[in-house]
Amino acid sequence: MDFEYFTQLFFGGLTRGSIYALIALGYTMVYGIIELINFAHGEIYMIGAFTGLIISSVLTMMGMPTLAVIILAGMAAIIYSCAYGYTMEKIAYKPLRNAPRLSALISAIGMSLFLQNYVLLAQTSDFLPFPSLVPEFKFWEPYSHILTTPELMILSTTVFVMILLTFLIKFTKIGKAMRATSQDKIMASLLGINVDQVISATFVVGSATAAIGGILIASHIGQINFYMGFIAGIKAFVAAVLGGIGSIPGAVLGSFVLGWTESFFTGYISSDYEDVFAFIFLVVILIFRPSGILGRSQTQKV
Amino acid sequence: MTAKHEIRKSIIASIWFMFLTFPIMVIKVNTVTNTIEWRWYNMALVGIGIFFLSMLWRYLLKKKEEGGKKEKKAGLSLIQRLLQEKQFALPGMVIIAVITIIFPHIFSMYQTNIMISALIFVMLGLGLNIVIGLAGLLVLGYAAFFAVGAYAYALLNLHYGVGFWIALPIGGILAALFGILLGYPVLRLRGDYLAIVTLGFGEIIRLVLENWNEFSFGPSGIKNIPKPGFFGIELSMQATTIYIFYIVVLLVVFTIFVINRLKNSRIGRAWTALKDDEIASQAMGIDKAKTKLRAFALGSTWAGMAGVVFAAKTTFINPASFTLWESVIILCTVVLGGMGSIAGVIAGALLLILLPEYMRDFGEFRMITFGAVLILMMIFRPGGMIEDVRKTYKFEK
Amino acid sequence: MSVRHISLRSDNMKPILEVKNMTMDFGGLRAIDSVDLSIEKGQIVALIGPNGAGKTTFFNCITGIYTPTSGDIYISPNGESDKQERINGLKPNIVTRKGLARTFQNIRLFTSMTVLENVMIGCHAVTKVGIMGAIFRGIKTKTEERFIVEKSYSILEKIGLAKYVDELAVNLPYGAQRRLEIARALATNPFLLLLDEPAAGMNPQETMELDELILRIRNTEGISILLIEHDMKLVMSLSEKIYVVDYGRKIAEGTPEEIRHNSVVIKAYLGEEIGEECDA
Ligand SMILES: Nc1ncnc2c1ncn2[C@@H]1O[C@H](COP(=O)(O)OP(=O)(O)OP(=O)(O)O)[C@@H](O)[C@H]1O
Ligand SMILES: [Mg+2]
Repeated sequence: MDFEYFTQLFFGGLTRGSIYALIALGYTMVYGIIELINFAHGEIYMIGAFTGLIISSVLTMMGMPTLAVIILAGMAAIIYSCAYGYTMEKIAYKPLRNAPRLSALISAIGMSLFLQNYVLLAQTSDFLPFPSLVPEFKFWEPYSHILTTPELMILSTTVFVMILLTFLIKFTKIGKAMRATSQDKIMASLLGINVDQVISATFVVGSATAAIGGILIASHIGQINFYMGFIAGIKAFVAAVLGGIGSIPGAVLGSFVLGWTESFFTGYISSDYEDVFAFIFLVVILIFRPSGILGRSQTQKV
Repeated sequence: MTAKHEIRKSIIASIWFMFLTFPIMVIKVNTVTNTIEWRWYNMALVGIGIFFLSMLWRYLLKKKEEGGKKEKKAGLSLIQRLLQEKQFALPGMVIIAVITIIFPHIFSMYQTNIMISALIFVMLGLGLNIVIGLAGLLVLGYAAFFAVGAYAYALLNLHYGVGFWIALPIGGILAALFGILLGYPVLRLRGDYLAIVTLGFGEIIRLVLENWNEFSFGPSGIKNIPKPGFFGIELSMQATTIYIFYIVVLLVVFTIFVINRLKNSRIGRAWTALKDDEIASQAMGIDKAKTKLRAFALGSTWAGMAGVVFAAKTTFINPASFTLWESVIILCTVVLGGMGSIAGVIAGALLLILLPEYMRDFGEFRMITFGAVLILMMIFRPGGMIEDVRKTYKFEK
Repeated sequence: MSVRHISLRSDNMKPILEVKNMTMDFGGLRAIDSVDLSIEKGQIVALIGPNGAGKTTFFNCITGIYTPTSGDIYISPNGESDKQERINGLKPNIVTRKGLARTFQNIRLFTSMTVLENVMIGCHAVTKVGIMGAIFRGIKTKTEERFIVEKSYSILEKIGLAKYVDELAVNLPYGAQRRLEIARALATNPFLLLLDEPAAGMNPQETMELDELILRIRNTEGISILLIEHDMKLVMSLSEKIYVVDYGRKIAEGTPEEIRHNSVVIKAYLGEEIGEECDA
């Protein structure tokens, strides 16, 4: 009985961690390339969830079969999130590429504020119920008391996305360009890499994973709200820092560590301060290991 | 660039944004009645709006680029010149002083109260300006220090009967202590972590205040906080308001005095140097962590004091007054007014607090406008409405 | 020639800077490999080597920007043997306060400040008014402020930048910016000035003026100088002692004459040229 509770918490944490990982990737990739904490990244995730909800509702009311709804709504969410990520970079960050860091950071906060309130005004401030998109699988029933089907779905999707992303970064041309750009922007551009394009691509890829996270979590929790991106975004950021910002495996590892810690903490101790926990965690990491678990401690070149 | 070319670009932007905003602006699903509302007029609005905005956007960007090539120092704005000219500055100050003194006597109590709130935000803005404008540290949880001050007064009064005037410095010092405690580990690190950590700290303070009922009375807050005493004399409602108004004005003047002195001092220069180049500053003998910590602690002190005044003014506080939004509003006043510029921050705070008060219909668009303001200011006018001017020094040749 | 090379060395004195066996690793890269170096009081010493040899890293280690992986750095401001002090791992601002001042290879002036203010920041190390002093602005503060302004101005006059006082530092011509870096470093009252490629990007006229300036600083202020430079003419004419590094190792040390004829040095420099041709 106790062991079962433990495994529930374990998988609960893993699921949580997966979602954080999907968002944290965007933070870490953008940071790796333009050294900017993209405050508005959580909003992309929120927009992904909203688009998913809107499109799936429309399609369901039009009488489409469930599977088609899931696929189409998922695609729409990803496409729209990417489009928002792309546009966001062009408007709020590109003109500030040579400005002081503080400027870009303030602009990012403005973007976050803008997108939240845009959705608030155009849609609603209420929580919207989100349909459970994931069907119950027959074959999984015996295990579903430990790991529910949506949790299984989230986990396997995350793993799949990670593999895809690793492949993209390791072997494709754009992935190689991303790695080169993150190491030395000037050198990369001298070698004929279109840095603007690489930055756009980074935003697009980061947004896509965030959107996937957005739909998964929305269908898991069952409701969404314009504010959902904020807290999730902050936590994902904590995860990214924990793992070592700029490092992709670090972001994943950090997310799982954060997910587990939260899950066990709320499961065994108290759930009142669930959100406080991540922040305390952040401060502690920054004190003892500012470069994160997998981050290289960087000495700035002078 | 021909006009035709420009128009084509704007049309493309307009189509792109119509696509982008389609699901969120046009479709509205009612999940209870299972109906969909199609708001096509929104799409038309977006299309037309973006067409013109995109023209304006590109025009401004181009202008900015051309401007950037010119000498950096060139032309001060009218306001800056007025501020610098002795013969205008003195009469100007006298006029402002006179208006301030008679303000509560010629305007209603309602107006005076609004003005008090605005002045509290001026104080907060100036305090945050020390941190962001002078030292270049982005603090996102500034309202947390504001809360520390407010709760310090409310609780000290509730439990120990501590009065306003004693609570004022205590609130400031307490907030500074929190600032030091938080800043010490973080300020050694890269600048952008500070933003997130202070944001986190702001949330922690708010959540603790909301959940720790025995300590802070949770969301219901603390009532009946006394207004400041006037040598033990009972004042009428109106007299108290006027009294508080003058207290806040005095505090604002005090703040301006202190910041002005700091700005043109050894410490102030060290802050600017750190903002420009940390490594070179350190190589010049500036202790990075200590100098930043001083700015951070000082900024927190001001938030703490403003918190005490706020609690005394409203006589009731609860965690809802100290959310992230308050922090963002304060940040906006600094960014809009002009980072580092005292006159700018005052103008920014008055504008951002008073404008929405008098334009109630505008209320729901307030936050989205603030968001846009932050982005646009950073891109087109990073120095703010009234840009900071550096002092030139006199010396014998 | 005789005016140029004065030696203040006497036998019971310690070098003002003594680096022993210093190594600096960046991950797998060994940027400095057990290098020794010493500077006597009043000397002008040059540190030369091909690009990427580790010269700037050497400066960064000495001035506290990096902490060397191993080895010792000792200073002794007046050359007195009993006052030697180990400075590894001290923070850069502390090192500056101890009397080592530097300039940067890629100019790092305070861009939002005027020329005068840039030098005033240099005075930070030798002044002390804090927050309270600034707010109350008493006699002490006022005197100190006046001291800072006057000192900074007189340094600018000495360096020949007085005409630019109220200009923004970024608006200065390149050569003047390099000299402003030197002015700023002088304001910290150093006993040793570390110059990282001060002549880079200067025209021959400016380089000649720089040569004079460096010599003047040493002769009139008694400040010793450690110089990184690629301009061999400048190096040969100024320095009393030259250290040559390549791939982080010291490959030679000696007088300009000795270095000029050292076969290892010639090979190192030639090797670089040959390498470049191969790359092309
Ligand atoms: N912070 C750092 N991290 C990693 N490697 C570094 C760092 N700083 C320097 N290096 C490496 O150390 C080596 C020495 O660099 P350094 O800048 O000291 O050379 P240098 O002799 O000053 O060259 P130059 O004449 O071009 O200025 C180079 O290979 C450089 O890439
Ligand atoms: Mg170098």
